[in-house]
Amino acid sequence: MSGRSDRIVPLAVKIVVSGGLGVGKTTFIGAISEIEPLDTEAAITQVSVGVDSLDGVESKTTTTVALDFGRITLDPTIALYLFGTPGQDRFSFLWDDLVEGALGTVVLADTRRIEECFPAVDYFESHGAPFVLAVNRFDGAERFELEEVREALGLGADVPVLECDARERGSVRDVLGALMDRVIGVRAAPKRRVAMVR
Amino acid sequence: MEDDATFVRPFIITGGRAEPLQADLRLETLVVAVGVPDETLTFERRHIVAVCAEPTTLAEVASRVGVPLGVAKVLVSDLVVAGRLDCRQPAELPLQMLERIRDHVRAL
Repeated sequence: MSGRSDRIVPLAVKIVVSGGLGVGKTTFIGAISEIEPLDTEAAITQVSVGVDSLDGVESKTTTTVALDFGRITLDPTIALYLFGTPGQDRFSFLWDDLVEGALGTVVLADTRRIEECFPAVDYFESHGAPFVLAVNRFDGAERFELEEVREALGLGADVPVLECDARERGSVRDVLGALMDRVIGVRAAPKRRVAMVR
Repeated sequence: MEDDATFVRPFIITGGRAEPLQADLRLETLVVAVGVPDETLTFERRHIVAVCAEPTTLAEVASRVGVPLGVAKVLVSDLVVAGRLDCRQPAELPLQMLERIRDHVRAL
């Protein structure tokens, strides 16, 4: 690698934005991304056969699902990427790819359909991946106390639950800040636990 | 499909292979070209090396070259193995770096 040693090595980190279909993931990403949320396609082979309605096209063994993502340049050497998980449950096998190496996850919830974020909460809890739950404020939705939401989802006391407006940049920034606090807290925690055992 | 005539099954580009040679490529892995694309590279491979003149994430490569992610993974890993692209996988970030990221995020 001659002549490249003095080059600044950039760092790309990612945060995953998850939650049910239509909960505002793309809006959330778009509110803070410096680029129009891009989308790329993850090819799905075989899996969707017989699931997607493809009458008359039985030979089609490939379909695609859009993954959207945004980018925020934090400083000249660090770029933060936000990746939205596909909303439909049947694409949840793609999550492993999305989540691997992620700093943490924002799970968005809509109180009108709170159950739609169950799969996401289950997934991140079972993987021990740090996440925060952000209740996206929808006009006309009944307001719930955040503690009621925590209870409904069976979230531990240490999982941050906060309200947000996915359309507002400042609100999205605050959610990401809370997530980073959580990520740092989780990272620092095992040492404390060891200390307590002793 | 309105563009039937030009539609190519995605994995035709990889010769039917769906498994990348390198298993550890992530969506946010930065890849950068080693040298400039030349005529030994064709179509998508050449396009990928051109896009990676500056360090670019795998997800952006897929988006800009216009191929599905799985296809981009296979092509990028081929190019890394062939020495045409270089990729860096960051190790686990130190706490200090996480705090720096948090401070930047709070300041957005």
